[in-house]
Amino acid sequence: MAEQTPKNPDKHSTYLPTKKTSSKPFHDTPMLDELESGPWPSFVTGLKRLAYDNNMMVDLLGQLEHSYKTRLGYWKGGTVSVFGYGGGIIPRFSEVAEMFPESKEFHTLRVQPPAGNHYTTDMLRQLSNSWNKYGSGLIAFHGQTGNIMFIGTTTEHTQHFFDEINEYGWDLGGAGPCVRTAMSCVGAARCEQSCANEQKIHRLLVNNFIDDMHRPALPYKFKFKVSGCPNDCMNSIQRSDFAVIGTWRDDMKVDQAEVQKYVAEKGRKYIVDSVINKCPTKALSLNDDDTLAVDNRNCVRCMHCLNVMTKALSPGDDKGITLLLGGKRTLKIGDTMGTVIIPFMKLETDEDYEKLQEIAEETIDFWAENALEHERVGETIDRIGLVNFLEGIEIDVDPNMINAPRVSNYVRMDNWDEEANKWKQRKAAN
Amino acid sequence: MSGQAAEKPKFPTETGCPDGFQYMHPAYIKNYGNWKYHDRPRPGVLHHVSHNGDEVWTVRVGTQRQLGPYEINLLCDIIDTYADGYVRFTIRSNLEVSVTDEAKVAPLIQAFTDAGYPVGGTGNSITMISHTQGWLHCDIPGTDASGVVKSLMDELHDEFTNEQMPNRVHITTSCCQINCGGQGDIAINVQHTKPPKINHDLVANVCERPSVVARCPVAAIRPAIVNGKPSLEVDEKKCICCGACFPPCPPMQINDPEHSKLAIWVGGKHSNARSKPMFHKLVAAGIPNNPPRWTEAADIVKNILRVYKDDAQDWERVGDWIDRIGWPRFFELTELPFTKFHIDNWTGARNSLNASTHIRF
Ligand code: SF4
Ligand code: SF4
Ligand code: SF4
Ligand code: SF4
Repeated sequence: MAEQTPKNPDKHSTYLPTKKTSSKPFHDTPMLDELESGPWPSFVTGLKRLAYDNNMMVDLLGQLEHSYKTRLGYWKGGTVSVFGYGGGIIPRFSEVAEMFPESKEFHTLRVQPPAGNHYTTDMLRQLSNSWNKYGSGLIAFHGQTGNIMFIGTTTEHTQHFFDEINEYGWDLGGAGPCVRTAMSCVGAARCEQSCANEQKIHRLLVNNFIDDMHRPALPYKFKFKVSGCPNDCMNSIQRSDFAVIGTWRDDMKVDQAEVQKYVAEKGRKYIVDSVINKCPTKALSLNDDDTLAVDNRNCVRCMHCLNVMTKALSPGDDKGITLLLGGKRTLKIGDTMGTVIIPFMKLETDEDYEKLQEIAEETIDFWAENALEHERVGETIDRIGLVNFLEGIEIDVDPNMINAPRVSNYVRMDNWDEEANKWKQRKAAN
Repeated sequence: MSGQAAEKPKFPTETGCPDGFQYMHPAYIKNYGNWKYHDRPRPGVLHHVSHNGDEVWTVRVGTQRQLGPYEINLLCDIIDTYADGYVRFTIRSNLEVSVTDEAKVAPLIQAFTDAGYPVGGTGNSITMISHTQGWLHCDIPGTDASGVVKSLMDELHDEFTNEQMPNRVHITTSCCQINCGGQGDIAINVQHTKPPKINHDLVANVCERPSVVARCPVAAIRPAIVNGKPSLEVDEKKCICCGACFPPCPPMQINDPEHSKLAIWVGGKHSNARSKPMFHKLVAAGIPNNPPRWTEAADIVKNILRVYKDDAQDWERVGDWIDRIGWPRFFELTELPFTKFHIDNWTGARNSLNASTHIRF
């Protein structure tokens, strides 16, 4: 792509200061320099701007170029924490500090953002000012776990910076074997698909475990994520130990006049190809008068038709959440998706929310007691079996938890009648 | 440790996750839980309408994720001048800036564009690549993250600012096999190809040996005495070069400038829409880890995207599309080699084998 001179060079992502106030001369960075061209805003230009008045960033750029050249990383971990906490800081010590002494310590503070990552510009500036005072000035919005990452400062300044932002309402997130910072979608704040109060769920869950976040003592990490609907914008099924996802159990709402308008606009073929045929459970059918017939009993709330026809279709009124446990990436047993633990529960009254909180407590307690070191809850479930896990957290089995019943007949079932009676009693109680 | 600080340190106030409402756009607060529908007037803009008729327009803006005071002030100045002073970040480091007055949308877009920040990433575009830490800050990376993302986003800029794909495309990168980047329609991940090189002089001092042994997914590590010192040894035939032993034991260096390669995986999907969530699957490996622009990896990604764009139906994510056309066709269309490495041999691998006569000709 052709580079053009920007209209307003001094207020542009490519701007570089004319005066250098950092005392240390720049290292040659021919490889990084190549990442300054092109239309996407360049992080290298950003690092350079910081290096104009910050020796630490001069050497940081030097070390990064060294990594590009040698294709190796040069940070090692260590132990750094703020007073009173055992986690929340990612210590980084340079292994090539003789070459780049100013960035020999380059620690990161993980700070919990509000659910949904909302900020006022005033608050962003205030955080930026504080960080500029005590650190490199570089902030990542956000890390993959969901933290605001304040990247690059010395051991001493981690404490000063934390003290300052803690004064105005910010707290560290988790690092190590602990409850981690949670994530929530924008949800009810600005999304019509939301079936849940993500703000409330998020803070209720994570702030209840604040001690387990700041003083890492669990078998391994534990992540909460909250998505307002099955679109799961927070990737919670795959990326969290405890996934709370909004859903509904009554009929979806259909504005038939809007359906007809949409059909008129897009054509019947498009509707059949893109909506009707893409429903995973064949729950949709286009009527002769261009209205939509929905088989709500067989709709699995996948969200597809609602995503396509945002104006015509909406979630029903009887909203609640589905809860899944145990998602994680490869290490150690291989990738796992979360498993349905609660197919549906209402979240309306204080008691409902308390119940959710209790399930989280039971889960973490049982897992903390029974997991091997460095074992995520999904791995514990895998190792001991879902049934033993459910018994541990006192939740009854439910056919929504499985894709299909067992195939192998190598299983002992001598108390079948007892188990069948439990099911009948539960059915009768409902 | 903090004890080195000069003054007596303060006890922290354990406030936890802060209240989001104090930073939220007033229109979000007023219409919390009461939104009716949305549409997209143009790429990069979402228009939400609430049940009481309130409207917000949201402009989505790509960033470099790591922001310094210059960028933060530049972006905040734009938001204060042309919008309402509120902003949120998406999970993929895009800014979302909302206004309640439609007339503000065009000047706001213009201001971001003039400042070199791309507006887009909505609907069926290729949105910002989810971004890990890499050489800039992680202790175990085999490659950089910011550089890979920057290089690819330069190439995919037009796909970010337009909505021309069959469905949204989420690309992820991961600079080690821990895969912080997560699942993606396309994932570009480090794949080591040689067992760790052990610095036996350091193991005893640095590593908790039993927990390193326990970390290995294939039980390839055992305690050993090397040169008279307690150390660890690796059964190199068993070792799958995953690098899981490296974080707890840095003397087991897994990264190698030549042999740490990149692999590309496709068809991961988090959403429940249409199909259930899916893991991404291996399609290409052995790709050189070539900074500063990783052109070999970028070429494969662009090729897969081109084929997907041509062949997929509207609303099919990459994984949905391949489910429909089948893997043999995927390899045929992309002209990527199919090898023995594509056939899984991990726990549950049998489920990935074709136990039918369902074959496309
Ligand atoms: S998960 Fe659902 S409710 Fe949340 S932002 Fe995505 S679409 Fe909206
Ligand atoms: S939400 Fe999904 S399952 Fe339900 S009717 Fe629509 S497309 Fe079908
Ligand atoms: S993917 Fe690996 S190397 Fe990259 S940031 Fe995550 S843990 Fe570090
Ligand atoms: S690289 Fe992986 S497989 Fe090889 S020894 Fe280390 S942990 Fe085991």
